[in-house]
Amino acid sequence: MPDQLLFAMEVTLNGLMAGVLYALVALGFVLIFKASGIFNYAQGVMALFAALTLVGLQEGQIPFAHLINAILGTDLHHFGWHLTAIVAIVLTIGVMVLLAILVERIVLRHLVNQEPIILFMATIGLAYFLEGLGDLMWGSDIKKLDVGLPQGISETIDTATFNWFGYGFFIDKLDIFATVIAALLVIGLTLFSQYSKQGRALRAVADDHQAALSVGISLRFIWVLVWSIAGFVALVAGIMWGAKSGVQFSLSLIALKALPVLMLGGFTSIPGAIVGGLIIGVGEKLFEFAIGPMVGGATENWFAYVLALLFLVFRPQGLFGEKIIERV
Amino acid sequence: MLDASEGYTTADGRKIGGVLMEMQNITLRFGGVVAIKDISFDIREGEIRAIIGPNGAGKSSMLNVISGFYRPQEGAVIYKGRKRPAMKPYQVAQQGIARTFQNIALFEGMSVLDNVMTGRLTHMKSSLFSQALWWGKAEAEEIANRELVERVIDFLEIQHIRKTPVGRLPYGLKKRVELARALAAEPSLLLLDEPMAGMNVEEKEDMSRFILDVNDEFGTTIALIEHDMGVVMDLSDRVVVMDYGKKIGDGTPDEVRNNQDVIDAYLGVSHD
Repeated sequence: MPDQLLFAMEVTLNGLMAGVLYALVALGFVLIFKASGIFNYAQGVMALFAALTLVGLQEGQIPFAHLINAILGTDLHHFGWHLTAIVAIVLTIGVMVLLAILVERIVLRHLVNQEPIILFMATIGLAYFLEGLGDLMWGSDIKKLDVGLPQGISETIDTATFNWFGYGFFIDKLDIFATVIAALLVIGLTLFSQYSKQGRALRAVADDHQAALSVGISLRFIWVLVWSIAGFVALVAGIMWGAKSGVQFSLSLIALKALPVLMLGGFTSIPGAIVGGLIIGVGEKLFEFAIGPMVGGATENWFAYVLALLFLVFRPQGLFGEKIIERV
Repeated sequence: MLDASEGYTTADGRKIGGVLMEMQNITLRFGGVVAIKDISFDIREGEIRAIIGPNGAGKSSMLNVISGFYRPQEGAVIYKGRKRPAMKPYQVAQQGIARTFQNIALFEGMSVLDNVMTGRLTHMKSSLFSQALWWGKAEAEEIANRELVERVIDFLEIQHIRKTPVGRLPYGLKKRVELARALAAEPSLLLLDEPMAGMNVEEKEDMSRFILDVNDEFGTTIALIEHDMGVVMDLSDRVVVMDYGKKIGDGTPDEVRNNQDVIDAYLGVSHD
């Protein structure tokens, strides 16, 4: 096989893996959008917040240490423990559930029956609040996230492909791991929403609040549930991105990349989020590989948005979105 | 006057039981507007009870009080012999009161079958964990629920549209799906908010037949609101008549028909 083709294949594979990570963030958006019609602008910041909390708990950092020190003149930094990854993850899930409960109590409950744009604005507020809270609690320095995920080049694939094609593919073990996790997550969430009682209730709430109440569904419970799940997905995304490039503020910006993913896949479809993520991931890598050199590179910054724009023109509901049926 | 504990026998020979729900001196206000003024009446087990009245009489408000969507400022709701505390609509539903809506509230994006299945939500008790493993209680429960739902679907003759998304159905069928969802909950009390609004004569006849059959077959107690006097008189055992938020008549269709206040309210009265 010619080198160019092999190289393109490697780029495609890497694009797929990057796409999985986009899809993970997009998934969180879809979940909340489906269940409450809210476009949750804070999803990216939730991923950042989850990752910060995870690192903080694992390292035994004292929350609000800077604030406490500034007020009381003390010099506290660490509790002096070091938790194992699994314990820290479980605790972080607890924190995200708590966050979901608070969001319902403090924000959503007061905005029932408001226009979607009002709720959207509220999530923008929530995003900035969480960003500040994360900084205040855990500090703003870049942190290393290490929960023992495999990392570095996968030797097996490198040797195998080298033996087959005479060209070793460079694939990060973390990316493979992320792909597996994302696949499991999608299967789990799909089964949950299609076949479990709570999943059915969730779809019902997404469709019609009044009707949901009349069949005995508590809206509050469903909202807490769905924000908890979104928090969990945010944590998974936070772990993957954090392990890849460190826990830092820019993590919250990957949420912006989820937007074109959602426009492609449709805002209401879980498989759509995955396929959309993969298309964006592969698309931007291949585009950079093929066209990038001709236009001076850095196409990855804008390719996804242009693609999304084209989709908006020709298929506004996305690939898998619910068709907008209107009776006249 | 009827005895509170004992029932009565209808003209067509059905036995009606004791009081299932009693509304005591209900008053509902929206700011300065009084929607319901000091109304009392009861609903007995196994009967078809109608609430009628001209536009704006407060019929829908009354139904919303029963189903917990509105909370009255004064009065008490006695349900199954016990005073009901202030409740959220979903809690009322969990107590076995199912309802339909005047302007149809269905899950448009879901299939007919899924819609009717949501009616079973209050009866599903298995934990998320056993559902995840599809093991023990969860499996038996899902199968039992499916069986009942299929029976209801058969009963209301909507088998042919089981898999159709509700959003694509015509109005008359949607009304029937909504009734199916309410029935699937095996309610102690079924509330129908203008079940025949906007239907043509044929659809009205179908719906009337279903309402009578439901009552007959499952013994379901039904309280309904209706505009169409003719239909109401044929269907119901007892009728409450409301006008401007007040009760102006209560009794069998014949009694109500001959009540001077009711005639005045419906036909108008000259102010001389």
